Parts: sequence; structure tokens; C-alpha cells
Amino acid sequence: MDGIQKAVIAVDGAKVSFGAVKALDGVTLRVMPGECVGLVGHNGAGKSTIVSVINGGLTPQAGSVASDDERLERYGINAARARGVRCVFQELSLCPNLSIVENTRIMHRDLGGFGWRTRAQKIIEQSLDTVFPGHSIGSSRAVGDLSIAERQMVEIAMAFSDAGIAPRLVILDEPTSSLDASLARQMLDHVRRFVAAGGSVIFISHILHEILETSDRIIVMKDGRVVAERPAHGFDHHGLVEAMGTVAKEGTGQRLSREQAAAPPILSHQAEGLSFKAHEGEIIGLAGLAGHGQTELLLALHAAQSGNWRPERDPLVTFVAGDRRLNGVFELWSILRNFSIASLGDLSRRGLILAKEEETKGADWKRRIEIRTPDLHNRILSLSGGNQQKVLFARALATRAPIVLMDDPMRGVDVGTKQEVYKIIREEAARGRTFVWYSTEMDEVRLCDRVYVFREGRIMDELAADAVNETNIITASFSGVPA
Amino acid sequence: MNPFLRLFETPWIWSWLASFIVWFLTIMVTLGASTIGVSQAALTFAAFSVIVGLGQMFVITLGPGNIDLSVPATMTFAGTVALKLMNVENGMILPGLLVTIAIGLVVGLCNYSLIKALRIPPIIATLSMSFIVQSAAIWTNRGLRIKPPSALADFTTSNTLGAPNVAIVALLISILAWFLLEKTIYGRWISAIGQSMPAARMAGIPVDGARLATYLFCAVLASVAGYLLACFSGGAALNMGSEYLLMSIAVVVIGGTAVAGGDSNVPGIWGASLFMFLVVSMLNTYGLGAGIRLIMTGLIIISVIMLAGGRRASIR
Repeated sequence: MDGIQKAVIAVDGAKVSFGAVKALDGVTLRVMPGECVGLVGHNGAGKSTIVSVINGGLTPQAGSVASDDERLERYGINAARARGVRCVFQELSLCPNLSIVENTRIMHRDLGGFGWRTRAQKIIEQSLDTVFPGHSIGSSRAVGDLSIAERQMVEIAMAFSDAGIAPRLVILDEPTSSLDASLARQMLDHVRRFVAAGGSVIFISHILHEILETSDRIIVMKDGRVVAERPAHGFDHHGLVEAMGTVAKEGTGQRLSREQAAAPPILSHQAEGLSFKAHEGEIIGLAGLAGHGQTELLLALHAAQSGNWRPERDPLVTFVAGDRRLNGVFELWSILRNFSIASLGDLSRRGLILAKEEETKGADWKRRIEIRTPDLHNRILSLSGGNQQKVLFARALATRAPIVLMDDPMRGVDVGTKQEVYKIIREEAARGRTFVWYSTEMDEVRLCDRVYVFREGRIMDELAADAVNETNIITASFSGVPA
Repeated sequence: MNPFLRLFETPWIWSWLASFIVWFLTIMVTLGASTIGVSQAALTFAAFSVIVGLGQMFVITLGPGNIDLSVPATMTFAGTVALKLMNVENGMILPGLLVTIAIGLVVGLCNYSLIKALRIPPIIATLSMSFIVQSAAIWTNRGLRIKPPSALADFTTSNTLGAPNVAIVALLISILAWFLLEKTIYGRWISAIGQSMPAARMAGIPVDGARLATYLFCAVLASVAGYLLACFSGGAALNMGSEYLLMSIAVVVIGGTAVAGGDSNVPGIWGASLFMFLVVSMLNTYGLGAGIRLIMTGLIIISVIMLAGGRRASIR
């Protein structure tokens, strides 16, 4: 693959792990001048991590980064920029209080000196005119006043702009997610022009037809590894979806397909797209790419059913947080108090807490769910993350609420704990409890009786019984064109 | 761990230790002759700080940003209106108290309405509320100084079994506050809200209800303190609440309540209130000039907070 040309960036055997999670497991990837590389993969496949390695934000624990056949020992964000590596992020990275011109000055450090405004204005306007001909964005406007699409356009134009160091490799991480079809078209055309002129692009998108028609070569990642790499014409839509999914063996953990549609309905919610319905004793999965509206639905379900002014006598829903730090644990408290807070209504008489019953119930659940601690009066933070999560599960399950909402609660939980919790969920569901479970992990989604697949904040598809499998979920999450 | 060492892990021990040392140094000047006098005076004046401090403590427990700056104005307004209503008649004592409590409820309700409906941060909302309340007090007062009913004046200035009556009232309120905080669901709720509002909401706690109740409680305690103080000092004055703005916050902090919320304790309020009075009287006894006295007060308070804060950090 080396050829006569030297790779703009060559990553060799990069490994990155965050604690027990392997984000990259030996990724080798090279980008040649004059090519556009498409990068696809499901949640947590390692796309963002490899981007961070290439733009210098993250140093891999093993493996090397080379540029122009020159191994770079001290590679960082500044070294990357000096070599013409530019990045357009998913999260918009411009300063909203500054004007477009001023943001240009921040991006290009050597723009300083007398009269920088004029020069910066010339550079950014030229770039905007090239990438998005016919745009109507005044470069003196503050970024905060721009619409989200305009901001994204400025960001893209910024990455392609030339002030001293010409861009050689531009990384586009889902650049079209907030652009409409015609603007996306303009951008993709510019990518082709840029590549034809000898530049390189790494293009990440969940819209597969964009990837297929724009890239020269497509790399498919899964679980921190490159699982397929072929010229773009070697893939079609279907083949790409399959490549993203087929690595995990089908049938890990036998699915007990249970048809619960006959059970009485207990909750319904009119979201955007398909409407949401839940039946008694059902385990409902919320799937799709991360951050496409699943958490919002859970919060809406919770908010619709709980009072902010008066305590609920018989709450209908209870919630298991995924982001423990943000909306889960009470850090100053003991394990017991963290456990009992949601069921205090049952553990009290006329507002008075019955300490004995609280102790008994705590000890009971400690045994049932095996919280590993010598004493429930120890502080919650003395527990490992997995055990804290178990406490949160126990908190929710100990209430009388018939519906349990779960917001990707297994994040950072070890495998053993997961299996224990899965078992408890199945037992409780068999007793008639309903679970609404948002998960980014395919194995967990496959445990559900019925799955709603989300895209762009709406429910796109509903899969039931045997239709709940990886291929169908990935197909649904990647289908459709952005609005 | 033995019980004695465990005592040193409680957050309130430092304020008690500090006030005991200062008390001891003060009575030593007169070689013990002033023991009873100093103690009674300390208990009397501490009582008012305790009552307003307890209310402020509940509000601060609600978490970062929660504070009630309308305490002094509420005290003044309640004292003024109650004395005017009672009009030196002993028969009007109970209606006066009821009106006092009603004033507290109204101020608390207004405070939380501003915070919730207009989304104003508590520090601004309660401060602007305090201007309105203070103006109302000026308007009702009109420079008149009405004496309290004689029975009430006697009650607030005399002792029962050697203990000042106001201190006994403060003790009863403290027991109620301790009970609310440690034994009831409400206490758990406000502690949970103070640690993390999103987590409290997701745990099914009626966050707004609990916060409203807390602001009401604080304002009622402030107005009751104003009622007692006006009777104790022989009439309401327009500036009678002013020193309690800093005082109510200082006793909470020195008492070992977490300023970041979620963790509070009642005994610390007593230790801190006694300490705040005793420091000033000690420096007075030693005959220091006004400037030195203020500087010393500041330095001593800072060192007590540092001691208590250091202990907290080491436990984490």
C-alpha cells in the first residue's frame, strides 16, 4: 500500500484504553495524499478515539503515529496543526461570543500582528465562498447569533481555510448532521475538489450513502478494531451495514422472546415519529446511535409522571441513572440512605422515618443484589462504580413503582455485575414490572422484548420478538436522510 | 474507635471548643466573679442568632446558591407590625404572635415565587424582597417607638431556673429543627436536594415543594426572632435586624454546616452563636480599642473556619 507517495498520517497498532474499557485495540490506518477515507462504525466502535489520536489530542498507550514516513515521538495538537491536520468536530468548537473574524484569528495563531482583522476576514470569506458558494454569512457577525447550520458551515470553512499552513488532512466528524441536503451537497463537492487537488480527508458520517459516494476507501470499525477496509466501490449499503455488525457472534445469550403485546398497556407517550407504548411486564429497549433522543424520552416519561410540588403517594415510574455523578448518587450520604431515598414513603409514618424498617429493607436488598460492603452505613463513595450502580438499581427496584426507566445504566459496569443485574431485571419483569431500557450496547438491546430505534430525536422503527437483532437495529439506526 | 475520638469527627465540635475557650478566657479576667453574668448574657444574645441561624441553615442546606438575605428586613417588619398591633396590651400577645408568623409565611412565599416564577437567583430575589419588606417596615413604623406589652417584656428579659427565657425558646425551636432534619422525610429531602438537584428529582423527591417549605420555615423563624427581639429590647427599631444578616450566615458556617449544601447540623449553630457573642465580649473585657477588636474578631472567625474546614478535607 505504500506506493511512491508518502502517507500524510500513518497510525500503526494504536492501543488506547480508559480503565478497563479498550477504546482502541491495535488500530492501523494510513491516509495517503489525494484520497478521502470514509470511517464508519456503531456506538463506541472507537471512531472518535482514533480521530483524537490523529489530531494529537490523545497519545496512544502503544503503537506509533508517523507522518511523511517520519515517526513522530512527541506528537501533540500543535505538531498536528503544524503538519496541516485540521478537525471539524461534532460538538461545535467556535467561541460564541466572538465574531467569525475573531474566531479565525484564534484558529490561526500566526495571523497576529497589525491589521490581522483585514487578513483574517479575507481568509475566512475566501474559504466560505469556495466551500459554500452563494452563502450569505457576514464575517463580522458574532458566532452566537448564527443558526446551528451556519455555525457548522463556518466551522467547515475554517478547517479548509489557508493562513500560512495549508490544510493537508481535514477530519470531518459528522459534518452534515446539521446541514440541509443542498448545503451537504456543496460540502461534499468541495471535499471532492479538495481531494482532487491533492488534499486528504477523513470523513465520518452515519449517513451511509454520503460515505459511499464521497470516499475513495472505507474503513469499518467495531469494538476498537478495524474490521473491514476496502475501496468504496467494493461496498454497497447493505454490505456496509453487515460489516458493522457481523463481528459479534449471533446468539451470545439466548434470547427469550416473549410476546407481551396482549398484556394490558400501562404507559403511552406521543413522541416525534412513532408513538411509544408500554405493556405490563414488558422489557422495552430504546436503541439507535447514542444521543439521538433516547435519554430525552426517558426524562419526558419521568417528568410526566412525577410531581414537583407534592409527594406522589403511588409513583408510577422510577428511574435508574446512567450518569451516576450527575443524577444518581448522593455523595455525602451512606449506602443505606442512598438506597432508601426513593422508597421513604413506604418506610415512614406521618412523615417520620422508621429507622428499623429502613435498616431491614436495606439489609434485605443488600443480600438480594449482593452489594459488596461490610456495612451499609459506609459512605456510598467507598463502593466501586459497579456496586454504586447496584445500589441505584436497588433504590429503583425497592419502590412500588410498576415502571422502571433505565438510562444506559450499565456504563462502566463490569461483566459479572451486568449478568447479575440482567437476571434481576428478567425476574422482576416476569413478576409484571415494566422496564424501559436505553442502552448503547447491542447485547443489552437484544435482551429486550421490543425495541424502539431512534434517529434524530424521533422513533424511526419498532422491532418486536424475533426481529430484534443486530442487523435490523443497525439498519434502522442508519436509515433515512437527515431533514 | 473510642467515643471520645469520634466526638472530634463531628462537624460542630470546633465551634463548641472555640466558644468554651473564649468563655474561659473571659471569666478568667475577673477570676470567675463574672461567670454567671457572662454566661447568661451569652445565652440571651446567642438565642436570637440561633433562631435566625437555624432558618438560614435550612436554606443553605438546599445547595449552592441558596441563601435568604431578607432575614434582617423580615425581623424588623415583624417586630414593628406586632408591637403596633399589640399596642402595649397583654391580651393581644397571641394575635401579635399569629400576625408575626403570617408575615413570615407571606415573605417566604414571595421569596420563593420570585425564585421560581421569575427564575431569579435566590441571592438577588431575597435581597430585592428585603428592600420591599424594609420599606414596608419604615412605612408602618413612621418613627414611632411602641413599647411591648409588659408581660412579654418581662418574659423575654427574665430567667427560669437561671436560664434566660429566650434561650429556652431557642432551645425548643432547635429541638424541633433537629427533629425535622434528622428524623423526618423532609429532612432527607432537603439534604438530598442540596447534594444534587437532578438526582433528587430523579429519585422522585418533590423538589419545588421541599424548597418552598424551607424558604417559608426560614422566613417564619426570622419573623419570630424579630418579635422576640423587639420585646426584649423594649421596642422595635428600624435597624434592629441589620447585624443579623452577617450573623445568620456566619453561625451556619462556623457551626460546621457545609456551605455547598446537603450536610448540616443543629448543635453547631449553638456553639457558633455563643462563640460570636463571647468573642466580642472577651475583647471588650480585655479593653482593646474598636479597630483592634474588629480585626481580632475577623481573624478568630477565619481561624475557626479553617480548623473546621481542615478536618472536613482530611475525612474525604
